[in-house]
Amino acid sequence: MTLSVLATYAVVFFLAVGVIFTLVAGIGLLKLNTGMSRLHAPTKAGTVGIGAFLVASMIHSWTFSDGSIHELLILAFLFVTAPVSANFMARVNIYRQACEPLPQPDQDDLWSTQNIPEADRYIAVDVR
Amino acid sequence: MRRAMNWLLPHPALTVLLAVVWTLLQNEVSAGMIVFGIILGMIIPIMTARWWPDRPKGLRLGKMLAYVCLVMWDIVVANIQVAWIVLTKRNADMRPNWVVIPLDLRSPEAITILAGTITLTPGTVSADLSDEGKSLLVHALDADDPDAVRNDIKQRYERRIKEIFE
Repeated sequence: MTLSVLATYAVVFFLAVGVIFTLVAGIGLLKLNTGMSRLHAPTKAGTVGIGAFLVASMIHSWTFSDGSIHELLILAFLFVTAPVSANFMARVNIYRQACEPLPQPDQDDLWSTQNIPEADRYIAVDVR
Repeated sequence: MRRAMNWLLPHPALTVLLAVVWTLLQNEVSAGMIVFGIILGMIIPIMTARWWPDRPKGLRLGKMLAYVCLVMWDIVVANIQVAWIVLTKRNADMRPNWVVIPLDLRSPEAITILAGTITLTPGTVSADLSDEGKSLLVHALDADDPDAVRNDIKQRYERRIKEIFE
């Protein structure tokens, strides 16, 4: 009996944490003013926000039913895919020059997004 | 014997990973599913072997686990800091900045892990790689001092990743 009460409190706690961080991510998306800064908000929801939701889901399933370990997989796939999509959005920003001017790379000549092959230049001009 | 093992298990770590993922996907631990997972874990590496000719040899699993724990902890701490910045700081006071990180790492796998870590820890997003892969471009949400961010990432993450892959 007490165990299920404790588990309920733990579920509520983790749900609250998840809600707070997801809300902050949403606020950040609205409040921040440049494309690159906005990118920071959703990566936050993806990690701690959804992580907390998944922990709550796991605690709930282990105390009130058979238990589930799918959540670990969801978290793992999320951690692998979130940086990739963030990186894509960052590169689109760089490509369309919707960001502050880039610094010079330390050891090489160009950042790879700026390094457009000769044959593709005509498409690049269209976007800008 | 060694050659037979190499032929049967070209990538033992991948075999274990596939078996574990398969068992997790089933959502219940039963002998039949574990055996099936191991079979899948043996077939898939053999079939995909030609796509990873230069894979890194010999990961240090202990160091890798320690690294994962460190990153998890950093994510939680940094999330709270960034949430505070987002909620309390005005846009005009924020100092978004580019940070250039000269890389000591050379293998693509190691650089991918570093870039992923940088994106997952709030406040920084890895944006681009230089055309020959020797520096990493990182965007910081609020950094007065880009050099401090750079040193922090190099000391805290890059050094450890280097140890994992050695």
